[in-house]
Amino acid sequence: MKYLLGVFLVTFFFACDNTPDAPVKGLVIAKKDVLPILGNRDIAENGDTIYPTIPDFAFINQNGDTVTNADFEGKAYVADFFFIHCPTICPKVTQQMLRVNDKFADDDNLMLLAHTVDPKRDDVAALKSYADKLDAKTPKWHFVTGDKDELHGIADDYFSVAIENPDAPGGFDHSGRLILVDKNRHVRAFANGTDPDEVTQFIEDIKVLLAEK
Amino acid sequence: MKIQFTVALAALIFFCTYSCKEETFYQGHSIYDSICANCHMEDGSGLKGIIPPLANSDYLKNNQLEVACIIRYGMEGDVVVNGKTYNQPMAGITYVTDTEIANIINYINNAWGNDYGMVDFKNLRIKLKECAAEEERIRLEERAERIRKMNQ
Repeated sequence: MKYLLGVFLVTFFFACDNTPDAPVKGLVIAKKDVLPILGNRDIAENGDTIYPTIPDFAFINQNGDTVTNADFEGKAYVADFFFIHCPTICPKVTQQMLRVNDKFADDDNLMLLAHTVDPKRDDVAALKSYADKLDAKTPKWHFVTGDKDELHGIADDYFSVAIENPDAPGGFDHSGRLILVDKNRHVRAFANGTDPDEVTQFIEDIKVLLAEK
Repeated sequence: MKIQFTVALAALIFFCTYSCKEETFYQGHSIYDSICANCHMEDGSGLKGIIPPLANSDYLKNNQLEVACIIRYGMEGDVVVNGKTYNQPMAGITYVTDTEIANIINYINNAWGNDYGMVDFKNLRIKLKECAAEEERIRLEERAERIRKMNQ
């Protein structure tokens, strides 16, 4: 009887304890010494390991300037995919990009690259206005537009999804990942941009990468 | 045994009440988190320069009934919140009922340190009807304009 009552009590106590804003307790931030290189690797004929790399690209940024891999030479950068008319997750992801931007504001070795998946509506003027509102400055943070197929195609290389879909809210399916790329164009870490806790870990990952020689 | 039972029962009632006491505005809170928070954020802070805040927002405080129409029909153009101008189109949430809209407003009215009271449900329904008529008028006007252009 006593035992039963105990079970009852515990059940009742936890049954209602699902308030959505209950704080996340015991979040452990894992310390890493070296970040792995992500993606499927190949072995070259001479036995060397070939890691996947971000291919050559050329897009237009919020100032109307062409941005290529050369602009990220010797730097690490965080990439994401978004669009201004996005009625779903984009603002949350952009909020986390802003967090990364603010965190590494004084570190020139980290840049940000936001790709629109909706180049038809997000032209240079639209991106300029969006970036200015966020107080995002080049060369730290580029917002880029360009050829739709190229923008959607390169998402694959960033382990991201960007697909036009008239049935999706706003017209596009896309993932909300933040992707960390090193100076050798390798993807080294990523985080779900809608999850601030994941991005907290991701910021630690960026510090590890920037500390690499 | 009887005393133990009474004590256990009292404890049960206490724990149950205690653990459920933060369930106020439950529906408004859950709809807010699943739809509105994508842009206005779970803490109501909005997005710097782009999406206006709902936490500590003079606009929300002073435009309770207009907010009901904005939730359903969205908005376009400039809006000034706490002295700052924002201009980012918001899509309407067409599938929420009058009651759900009231619950969302009551949640955001009382979340994050806001203390804007409860929205008047009767007036909210009247306002939503007015907005529906206005939306229909705009729709017909636009339709007439399209037909006029086609016949030119």
